[in-house]
Amino acid sequence: MMMTSFGADAVWLLVRSVRWTLLLTGIALVMGGLLGAVMALLRLSTNRWLRQGAAGYIGLIQSIPVLMILFQSYYGLPLAGFDLPPLLAAGVSLSIYASAYFAEIWRGAVEAVPHQQWEASASLALTRAHQYRYVILPQALRQALPPTVGFLVQLVKNTSIVSVVGLAELARTAQLVNNATIQPFKVFGLVALIYFLICFPLSRLSRVLERRLHAGRAR
Amino acid sequence: MPVVRVEDVRKSFGPVEVLRGVSLEVERGQVVALIGRSGSGKSTLLRCMNGLEAFQSGRIEVAGHQVVQDDRRLRALRQEVGIVFQGYNLFPHLTVGQNIALSPHLTKGIPKPEARRLAEAVLAQVGLSEKIDAYPDNLSGGQQQRVAIARSLAMQPKLMLFDEVTSALDPELTAEVLAVMEQLARDGMTMILVTHEMNFARNVADTVVFMHQGTIWETGAAREVLAAPQTPELQGFLGSSLK
Amino acid sequence: MPFQFQFGAVLNRWPFILEGVGLTIGLSLGAILLGTLLALLLTAARQLGPRPVRWLVEAYVEVLRNTPLLVQLFFIFFGLSELKPFGVSLRLSATPAALLAMTLNLAAYCVEIIRAGVDSIHKSQYEAGLSLALSRWQVLRHVVIVPSVAKVWPALSSQFVLIMLASSITSFISTQELSGVTAIIEQDTYRSYESYIVATVLYAVLALLLKGLLAGIGRAAFPRVSGLARIQARGEAA
Repeated sequence: MMMTSFGADAVWLLVRSVRWTLLLTGIALVMGGLLGAVMALLRLSTNRWLRQGAAGYIGLIQSIPVLMILFQSYYGLPLAGFDLPPLLAAGVSLSIYASAYFAEIWRGAVEAVPHQQWEASASLALTRAHQYRYVILPQALRQALPPTVGFLVQLVKNTSIVSVVGLAELARTAQLVNNATIQPFKVFGLVALIYFLICFPLSRLSRVLERRLHAGRAR
Repeated sequence: MPVVRVEDVRKSFGPVEVLRGVSLEVERGQVVALIGRSGSGKSTLLRCMNGLEAFQSGRIEVAGHQVVQDDRRLRALRQEVGIVFQGYNLFPHLTVGQNIALSPHLTKGIPKPEARRLAEAVLAQVGLSEKIDAYPDNLSGGQQQRVAIARSLAMQPKLMLFDEVTSALDPELTAEVLAVMEQLARDGMTMILVTHEMNFARNVADTVVFMHQGTIWETGAAREVLAAPQTPELQGFLGSSLK
Repeated sequence: MPFQFQFGAVLNRWPFILEGVGLTIGLSLGAILLGTLLALLLTAARQLGPRPVRWLVEAYVEVLRNTPLLVQLFFIFFGLSELKPFGVSLRLSATPAALLAMTLNLAAYCVEIIRAGVDSIHKSQYEAGLSLALSRWQVLRHVVIVPSVAKVWPALSSQFVLIMLASSITSFISTQELSGVTAIIEQDTYRSYESYIVATVLYAVLALLLKGLLAGIGRAAFPRVSGLARIQARGEAA
C-alpha cells in the first residue's frame, strides 16, 4: 500500500473496511445470540446442574478479556484440529463473548416478568413450556430489547480487538493507514467518527426503547 | 361428596406458622366467605387449595384430586379449579379474547375458532362482549377483573376461588364485579371467596368462615354468624369492619 | 495429532509474569481512582455549570462511550507523539498513555452511572432534608450523594471490572501489563497456547478478587442496601 498522504485513497480504504466490522458484528449477534439464548434457558432451568453449569460458563466468560477469548480460539482451535481462517476464529470468539452477556441480559428480562404472571398462567393449568412460550417470553422480549441493543454497541466496539489477528476490519486498517501516512489525528479521528456514526444511533435507540418501556408501565 | 375437603392442614413460612390445623368441607353449590384480619391465614388457605402454596402437613382434596406438589397432578387439578386474583393478572400482551381462549386451546385442545366462541360466551356472561378484541390496558379495573373471572370460567371449573378480588378496586367498580359473582352463585357455582365485603357475604354466601391466627375460629350460616357473632374476636372484627 | 503442553517454559518466567500482573493492577487501580474522581468532577460540572459546560460534558460522554477504547488509545498515543506545541514534545510513553486512555474512558461511563443514581433521588428527598434544618452540604452528602453511590455501586463495580479486563487492550501499544508480557513470552517460547492459558487464568483470578473486594467495600460502606431482595425464585409456582 503506497500512500504517504492522507487523501481520498486512505479514506476510501477505511470506509470499505467497515463491512468487515459489520460482518463480524452480525456473526456475533446471530451465533452469540443463539448460544446466549440457550445459556439463558439453562440458567433458568429447574435442574441444579444445568443452572450452575450455565452460571459457571457465563461467569468465566465475563471474567476474562475479549482478547484472551480471541487468542484461545486463534491458538487453541488449530490444536484441536480446527483450522479456521482468521475471520471465523474472530467470529467464534466474539460469539462466545456475546453469548455470556446476552444470556445474562435475557435471563434478567425473564426474571423481570412479574411473578403474578407465572401464578396466573400456572393456575390456568398451562405447562411450563406453554407458560414460557405464550405468556412469559413475549413479555420478556419487550423487557430485553433496550439492553440487547445497548450491548450491540459494545459488540461493535469490540470488533476492533480482532485487528490483532490481522483481520482488515476498521481498527486494523486504521493502524496500517497511520503507519503509512503518520497522520494519527486525521486517521484515528476519522475512524472514531465512523465508529461513532455506527454506535451512537444504536445507543440512542436503546435509550428510546428504555423510555418507551417504562412509559408503558403506568400501572 | 364434598367438592373440597381440607383435613388438619398446617403451613409455615419459614419459622412462622400461618395455618395451624385447619379443617373444612365445602359441598357442591355452596358459597363460602372466608373472612378475618390480615395475617389470619385466609389467603394462604385459599392458595393451598389450588397448589399455589405448599403445606407441610394435612391433606387437601379438591374435585376428586389430591393436592400435591407434582406438576402433572397440579395441572390436572387446575383444569377444574379456577382462581381470580386481587391484581387481576391478565396477560398484557394478549387481547381479552386471547387471554380467555389461551388455556382452553392449549390445555384442552379446543380448536381456535371454537375457543373464541367459548370466549364470546363467557364474556357475555360477565357483560363485556364488546371488549373481546381490546387489550387489558384499555379497560378499567372492574372490567379487567370481570375478564379475569371470564378467563377462569372458560375452563368450566367445578370450583372458583376468589382472593380479595375487589380490594384493589374503587368503590364504584366493585359493584359490577360483585354482581357477576352473585350471578355465578345463583347459577350454582361452588365458590370460596376471601373477602372484606360483609354485605356480599351476608346476602350471597351460604357459609361464613372466620379465621383467626391460623385456625377456623368461628363458622356457620352466613346470616346468623354475621348478625350474632359468638366469639369476642369475631365481634371485634365485625365491629371494626363496619362501613 | 499428538501435542504436548509444555507449561514449564512459560511458568519459568513467573517473575516477568508477575510484573505484568502488577502493572495490570496498577493501571486498573489508577484508572479507577482517577476516573472516578474525574467522573465526580464532571458530574458536578454538569449539574451546576452553565449550559455550554453541560453540553461539553455530555458530548465527552457520548464520544467516549460510542468509540472503542482501542481507537481512543491509538488517538492519544500516536496523536500526542506528533504534537509539538512550542517545540515541546507531548509524547507519552506507553504506560502513561495507557493510564490516560483508561482513565478518560472509565470516567465517561461513570458519569452516566452516577448521573442515573443522582437522578433517582427524588427532589422531595432533598426538600425533606432541608426542612430538617440540615445545611445544603449536609443534605447533598447524606441525602443525595451517599444513597446515589450506594444504589449504583453494583453498576460502578461492573464498570471497574470491565476496565480492568480492558487493560489488556493497552498491549496494542506494547504496554507491559499482563497481555503485553504474555505476548513477549509467547514470542520467546513459541508456546502460544500455554502462554495464553496462563494469562487467561490470571485474569479470571484478578477479576474474581476485584469483584470480591468491591463487594466487600459495598457491604462495609453501604450496609443497608434496600430494595434488592429478590423474591423471584419463591414467586415461581409449579
